[in-house]
Amino acid sequence: MTDQDLCIENVTKTFGGFTAVDDLTLTIPDGSFFALLGASGCGKTTTLRMVAGLEEPNAGRITLGGLDITRMRPYKRPVNTVFQSYALFPHMSVEDNVAFGLRRKGENRAETRRKVAEMLDLVQLGQYGSRRPAQLSGGQQQRVALARALVNNPEVLLLDEPLGALDLKLRRQMQIELKRIQTEVGITFVHVTHDQEEAMTMADTVAVMQAGRIEQLGAPAEMYEFPASAFVANFLGQSNLIKAEVTGQADGHVTVDAHGNRLAVPAGRCRVTSGTALLGVRPEKLHLADGPDAVPSGHAAVQGVVTDASFTGVSTQYLVRAPWGSELTVFVPNSGIANPALPGTEVAVHWSPAHSFLVGS
Amino acid sequence: MAALLPTASGTPAATEIPVEPPAGMRRRKWIPYALLAPGLLWLAVFFVYPVFQLVMASLWDPSGSVETGYTFAWAFSNYADAWEMFHVQFLRSLGYALITTVVCLLLGYPLAYAIAIKGGRWKNLMLVGVIAPFFTSFLVRTYAWKAILSDSGPVVDFLKWAHLLGPDGRLLATEFAVIAGLVYNFLPFMVLPLYASLDKLDVRLLEAARDLYHGPVRSFFRVTLPLSMPGVIAGTLLTFIPSAGDYVNAQLLGGPNTQMIGSVIQSRFLVVNDYPIASALSVMLMVTILVLVTIYVSTAGTEEVV
Repeated sequence: MTDQDLCIENVTKTFGGFTAVDDLTLTIPDGSFFALLGASGCGKTTTLRMVAGLEEPNAGRITLGGLDITRMRPYKRPVNTVFQSYALFPHMSVEDNVAFGLRRKGENRAETRRKVAEMLDLVQLGQYGSRRPAQLSGGQQQRVALARALVNNPEVLLLDEPLGALDLKLRRQMQIELKRIQTEVGITFVHVTHDQEEAMTMADTVAVMQAGRIEQLGAPAEMYEFPASAFVANFLGQSNLIKAEVTGQADGHVTVDAHGNRLAVPAGRCRVTSGTALLGVRPEKLHLADGPDAVPSGHAAVQGVVTDASFTGVSTQYLVRAPWGSELTVFVPNSGIANPALPGTEVAVHWSPAHSFLVGS
Repeated sequence: MAALLPTASGTPAATEIPVEPPAGMRRRKWIPYALLAPGLLWLAVFFVYPVFQLVMASLWDPSGSVETGYTFAWAFSNYADAWEMFHVQFLRSLGYALITTVVCLLLGYPLAYAIAIKGGRWKNLMLVGVIAPFFTSFLVRTYAWKAILSDSGPVVDFLKWAHLLGPDGRLLATEFAVIAGLVYNFLPFMVLPLYASLDKLDVRLLEAARDLYHGPVRSFFRVTLPLSMPGVIAGTLLTFIPSAGDYVNAQLLGGPNTQMIGSVIQSRFLVVNDYPIASALSVMLMVTILVLVTIYVSTAGTEEVV
């Protein structure tokens, strides 16, 4: 905890009868790359707009470095935003767009010019200063929007779906670029996105939001490996979730009954330890074997029939129908040795219990 | 001049590749001309020819008359005579038009802004309110103003009661009445183009300005106003040009001391029958407005206009 942390305390925001943000409490550490991840309408953009000052919370407090900014006018906050639509001023050159905030802050001319040039270089638009935004491509406009916000050296930079309008390839490139810039300038980035891969690629900490609340918060790998709920398990990557009844606990494991299969999950990977639950395993952690005999010892296994095999290049994705009717997704890396299992083949799907997790249903 | 139209939007895509039109398209090159023809014909008959006639008439020998007929004589002295006789009315007209334009802009901009930005679901109703006066004739409305401002009318009564006007004070036949009438009559021509350009304003740009340390006043002058310049230019032109040439307001609401050049031209043509001077005045007015507008549009900077 350092002085410039951004704290959101018990913040609620309603629009008419709709609660967009519901008693949200969140601390975003100084200098971190923080992603707010969620489907549209989950309240992530509203949260961002409240930090920017473009919306006022109905209840709660927002502080930045201990200073209460809840009701501070947006133009007085040490916070800048990269808008989803970029919102570049069409009547100004790229340079004037970037200098817009600095001029207001009363920087002298030479200093402004130097900073603008430096910032345009940072986003690799050094030669485009005199152009109008309409003369730039989407990716270039996006970088102007970034430069325009970043040049003011804000305490916190807010990014509202900044890459949403870009094509996939450019988006990947900009993700790496943004990450590089954040490391370089060391400013706190709060990044709102609905793209889980983007959030995981870029952020140190991801908060998954749903219905105005935080569902889970943590480092991407940590959340991916051990999601807090079925929602997170499905929203962050793919998961096979099998309905199971907890039957008991024995030497560090929780035992469950899943459609007649007795399976065990390490106790440390269980969010619930009684009643009906969902046993989850990521598709890439499932393996296929020809039959029960070929399952390595210590692995949990269920029998099934391959219903579909699709080759995607790096892996083959199988759908295996379990005896209880639902289908399991299995990713088998394409390391080029085994022949693919054809649809209709009887297989055993097995996994290491250490890779499974148990969440509430 | 395309920038004058508040609806002209956007710059063309930066990378437009010229494509050779297919043969079938090329053969129909005459179509645009065919579409232009009726309008051009109309303008040629009812605009170009009359203007030509007017310029010719302004150079007729001033010693002629309607009875004896006129002869063409390159009589440039008509212009000097016209200026000599009527420069007061001429300059007064430009002055009134300028004041009218400024007042219309000051009244019209907040109105257009309120309708476009804050109008919400009342937008259309409020626009109808702006246009509603057009359902009645210009002349009838100006007569109504004459009644409202008359010496025994409610406005004068009130002002006398409030001691803002002396016991012998009047509004009719004053500059105030003429300019008030002009402002009233031309206000919609200011509001509509302003509305059109403000309605297109992306309010997210105002959020961006606020985010970049600009308070409401600064945001207005650095973002809203520059982006609404097409509307300001179109609105001021649509107000200034017709009010400079207007004679109805001066005629009905004014007196001898508020006569405008439009009234002079009208009476020279139709009452005094002094065609050469009337024509010279008309040409002077036209050329002056053209020059002023050209200077205005080029300095108001279509550069800023997107």
